[in-house]
Amino acid sequence: MERVPILKIGDILLVSIQLDMSDQTAVALQEDLAERIVVTGCHGVIIDITALDIVDSFVGRMLSTIASISKVLDAETVVVGMRPAVAITLVELGLSLNGIRTALNVERGMELIAAARADELEYQLDDDPDAETATP
Amino acid sequence: MALSAEESGRLAALLSGQAERVTHRWTETVAGSLRGRLSQAELRRQVQDLHQAIVDTGQQGAIDLSADTAAELRATLSELSRGRARQGFSATETAISIFALKDVLVELVQEAGGDNALRDYVAFSGLVDEMGLFTFESFVRTRESLIADQAEQLLELSTPVVKLWEGVVAVPLVGTLDSARAQVVMERLLQTLVDTSSPYAIIDITGVPAVDTQVAQHILKTVVAARLMGADCIISGIRPQIAQTIVALGIEFGDIATKASLADALRHVLRLTGVESTRRQPRRDA
Repeated sequence: MERVPILKIGDILLVSIQLDMSDQTAVALQEDLAERIVVTGCHGVIIDITALDIVDSFVGRMLSTIASISKVLDAETVVVGMRPAVAITLVELGLSLNGIRTALNVERGMELIAAARADELEYQLDDDPDAETATP
Repeated sequence: MALSAEESGRLAALLSGQAERVTHRWTETVAGSLRGRLSQAELRRQVQDLHQAIVDTGQQGAIDLSADTAAELRATLSELSRGRARQGFSATETAISIFALKDVLVELVQEAGGDNALRDYVAFSGLVDEMGLFTFESFVRTRESLIADQAEQLLELSTPVVKLWEGVVAVPLVGTLDSARAQVVMERLLQTLVDTSSPYAIIDITGVPAVDTQVAQHILKTVVAARLMGADCIISGIRPQIAQTIVALGIEFGDIATKASLADALRHVLRLTGVESTRRQPRRDA
């Protein structure tokens, strides 16, 4: 069975889907990804679907599931590289990718995750009373 | 409604016998209906061509407008109606150019007399009717192709996507937004977002004369598609009347940002991207 490779770049895991997803590949990807998030302690997942010509309800649900799993493991999921034709088809079909953040390309996706992460860290620092007194 | 060889022969003889008078009479009748919008010389040339084509076809044997032998006549007729269609004449004015031949024929047949004058006239008249219908059809075809060409040109002309700022593109929509145009706009906008990797798009509807539920639906679809791809859309240029219409129709734009002018939309986007905050910073320090 074919497996989707998962690449680690800094604090982010990059998944580039380049084959037609079947039930088995989807389940395998979910398991692998959950495992890798825990092992590496990454806080961001980027799923690149540039190579996908067709995104149907099945792929949509798979993306939603992956996003939910990652969320539980404290990792932000961003879907990047959706083609215009795919987006138009999804809209025409009335399908929406609920709870999934999207970005135009991998670069933007990394920026998005970095920004979300920075916001989170900022909040944590703001909550810390020592940090506040330290700054004049 | 084809003429027999005998009838065709008689028609050709009748027309060629007094060629000068026939064309003169014919031109006169047509000129009356066109009210001088076509020069006499031009009209005369057209009528002479037509006259010649009928006579030629008649001398070859039976006139049947759908047969191969009448190719010349058909070409002359369609050339005439194409010309009229392009010059902006109405369908009636075009058809009258052909039907005027009946007036001429009735005189000729009457003068020639004979036992089968009436039968001949009815047959000739049938042929003229057929020619008229043929002219009408090619007139309509020409007009339709003109309209199709123009619609295509309009579609190409009216949907530019412009880059306003680093990472900000805008689509100034002008004119009525129907399904075909909305589709083109949507595709072009999304493709530009990918090509320029711009995360923000401004859809400016200043030039859209009216917004109904269908137009709103098209705009909403575009915005949702852009969001799916990871870009955000702002709608700008909403005129007071259109704002009232939108509320009256109960159209919900949801959490899509709407601005009154393109300038406001650009300022909004720049604030989101943090361009303005860097400009404010030194001022506060000073």
